[in-house]
This record gives sequence, structure tokens and C-alpha cells, in this order.
Amino acid sequence: MSILNLNIKVWRQNQNSNKGQFETYQVQANEHMSFLEMLDVLNEQLVREKKDPVAFEHDCREGICGTCSMVINGQPHGPLAATTTCQLHMRFFKDGETIVVEPFRANAFPVIKDLVVDRASFDRIIQSGGFISVNTGQAVDGNSIPIEKNRAEKSFEAAACIGCGACVAACPNGSAMLFTSAKVTHLGLLPQGEVEEDKRVQAMVAQMDKEGFGMCSNIGACEAECPKEIKLENIAFLNRSYMKAVFTGE
Amino acid sequence: MSWLVQFFSSGIGKKIIMSLTGLFLILFLVVHLIGNLQLLKDDGGKAFNLYTEFMVTNPLIKFVSYGLYFFILLHAVLGLLIARFNSNSKGTKYAVQRSPETTWASKNMALLGILILAFLLLHMGDFWFKMKFTDQLDMVTYDDQTVKNLYGRVAVAYQEWWIVAAYLIGLLALSFHLWHGFQSAFQTLGLNHKKYTPAIKGLGKLYAVVVPLAFAIIPVYYYFFMK
Ligand code: SF4
Ligand code: FES
Repeated sequence: MSILNLNIKVWRQNQNSNKGQFETYQVQANEHMSFLEMLDVLNEQLVREKKDPVAFEHDCREGICGTCSMVINGQPHGPLAATTTCQLHMRFFKDGETIVVEPFRANAFPVIKDLVVDRASFDRIIQSGGFISVNTGQAVDGNSIPIEKNRAEKSFEAAACIGCGACVAACPNGSAMLFTSAKVTHLGLLPQGEVEEDKRVQAMVAQMDKEGFGMCSNIGACEAECPKEIKLENIAFLNRSYMKAVFTGE
Repeated sequence: MSWLVQFFSSGIGKKIIMSLTGLFLILFLVVHLIGNLQLLKDDGGKAFNLYTEFMVTNPLIKFVSYGLYFFILLHAVLGLLIARFNSNSKGTKYAVQRSPETTWASKNMALLGILILAFLLLHMGDFWFKMKFTDQLDMVTYDDQTVKNLYGRVAVAYQEWWIVAAYLIGLLALSFHLWHGFQSAFQTLGLNHKKYTPAIKGLGKLYAVVVPLAFAIIPVYYYFFMK
């Protein structure tokens, strides 16, 4: 097991209204640690020195909740494709390396503290239409509605989106199109979601605009950085669905 | 009609305007190129001058050309507004900029657009404006038709090294702009499918190289071989 001596240059910002700056810390980490465990080591060190630990978000630490938001050496969730920060291991870094850690940057994701940003704008997009309306009651048998295999698979792929916001963080336009399109595709392709598609897509697009997210110019940085490999085809689906809703819907 | 206004003021609606106007301009470039290639004919400019006379007098072409001016302005103005909005939406930029798997052109469409716009001002000021609004051009007579000698102005302009250089820079910017813009226009319209998207992408790259290159041949040819 090899030990890495690292310089962690991390963004420190007390609260949103304060100006932030980078601070550099020396950390010893072993190669089997995840990136978050390395930050835990740094924080224990800071607590021992009676300093303020670095605030960062995490929950599941197994790549499914989407909270572990940070930009590592210029890439949301770090250099490894299809991997969240919590699943990124230190063996992908070199001994003596300086690692720059920044919060997700987008105006719709204001910094709360250090690496923690407020992603409630995503919640509001979901609240505007990212659901299907069903009556409560007994659970319906899963196989009672036939779903074509292709559709089921495309929908399932889109459903893999964990709402982490890396797409917005990666996008030079601060656009939320990949996230919103993943939700619209996921629900719109299924018979249960299709009935509300027109209403859903218009409400979600309106909310996305209202939150101040940028417009998509098809750069593809989102697709490259998405830990769940959500594809740009979903954005094309969203645009089609939106046009259909506006020009043919009620 | 409020629904239509609402559509075109949404983020997606604005991008659809960019996409449609862009595709129109892509079509225009082909027509423009075919006309201009007549400059390479060795006939003292006869074919080109008769063609330009037709282009400024034919009522249908006149009608389409007003559409063209409008779409150029719309594409340019809206594009710049979108770029400014997007840059504000991003807010703070990262200290480390690293974005593998993205093209330089895709991230610099506004800069490329500004270069193309500057080139257009030079280009239209020199030829289009002089042709349409001034009497600065000489007249030539072919058979029984007397027309403005735009060919003469073109031949003189392309003897200046700096004009030729400005054309090459403008066309290079156009090439990069098309490299991203061509396929991006289809994606924005929701046309992305594994059956045809690879073909659109390939065609876009081919177009982005061949069309600006063919335009570039004209000033370069005049500068070096038409002393
Ligand atoms: S599309 Fe990908 S990057 Fe964006 S929120 Fe979903 S999982 Fe995260
Ligand atoms: S902590 Fe849940 S995805 Fe990383």
C-alpha cells in the first residue's frame, strides 16, 4: 500500500456573501482511499489544529445519491469517466501532486460554504413537472402495462441520472439541459408518463429558464463529465418534445 | 399568439431561432459560392457582371435578399445576446480550465461570430454597398446591356495584401464556426438519431472545410495570378 503526499488547494468561502479564496494544505493519503476519505483526513487534521474543516457534501458514498459535488482539477467529479467523487480513488493521483478542488460553478448553484453549493433550483425543476400523477391505492402490477423493450431501455438509461448537477458545473453556459432532458426522457418514454408529457415539458423548461440556467449550445461538456453517462440524445428528445407540446398541445 | 411569443422567448425557442437562421445561412453560402466561382472564368468578368446585375434587379431575388439581411442580423444579434446571458449564467469561471472531449470551436462560437461579422462589414462595404448604393463602379457594356463593373472592383481589391489577408482570416473563422454550427443546428432541432447523426456530423465537417476553402481560392487566385 503506497502513501501519497498531496497538496490540496481547496476553495474556502465562509458564506455566500463573503469573498472566497484558495488555501493549500498538505495531506497524506493512502492510495485505496476515496477522494472523500482523503478530505476526511484533511478535516481531521484541521480539527486537530483547531481550524475550520472544509465543508463538502456527501451522503451515500456509493455513487447513487449525487450529493458529492466538487470540481477536481477542472473536472466535475474529477478525471475519471462515469465516476462520482465518492467513487474516485486516490490511486488515480500521483505522489507529490497538487490537486485543485473548487465548488460547482453556476449562478443557479450559489455557494453556501466552501465546496457546498445550493442545488435547490434542481428540486424546483422536478417540482414543476418531474413526476407522474397517480392515485394512491394498491400498487399496480408492474407487468400490467406493456412497454416496448427499446423504450424501456432508453427510459431506464435516462433514469440513471442522479441529479448531481455535474452537467451544469461542466457547462460553460451553466445550462441544465442534460439534467432536465434526462427527466423528460425518462418519464416521457413510459406510458405512465407520456400522458402528461406536454404539460410536464413546458413546465420544466419554464422553471429551468426561471432559475437562470444558460442556453444549450451543444458543446457536450455535460455528456463528457456526467457520472451516469447521460447522452446528448436526451437533449434532442427534450427539444422535440418541447416543440411538439408548444405546437400541437393544448 | 402569446404562446408563440412565449416559445421564442424560452431558452430552447431562442436556440431554435439560431438553428433555423444558421441553416438558412448555410444554404445561402452554397448559392453565393456557385455565383462567385464565375470570377474564376477567364472572360474579363462578363459572366460575373451579368450575374450580379441579375441578382440586384430580379424581384424574387430582391425579396429573398431582404430575408437574408434580416436573418444575418437576427442570427448575429440574438447570438451575442445568448452568449452574454450564458456567460452570466456561468458566473465565476474555474481556476483550472479543463474540458477534454469538447472542441475549441464549440466554446468560442460568439468570438468566431464577431470575427465573421467584422469580416462581413468589410466585405459588404467594399462590394455590396458600392454596387447597390453608389455610382463608384465603372460601367461596362456587353452586347446591348450596360451594367456596373463589379468584377473590376473585385479584381482591384484582391491586389491588396491586407484585404486578401482579412478574407482568409474571416473564412478561417467561418470554417471553425461551421465545424461546430452545422451539426449543432440539427441537434437543437431535435434531430439526433444513430441512423443519420453520423452522416450529418460528417457532412458538417466536410462542408466546414470545403466551402470556406473554395471561397478562399478566389482572392488568393487574383492576388497571385491576375496581376
Ligand atoms: S445528467 Fe448526469 S451530470 Fe447531470 S445531474 Fe444527471 S447524473 Fe448528474
Ligand atoms: S456521496 Fe452519494 S453519489 Fe457520491
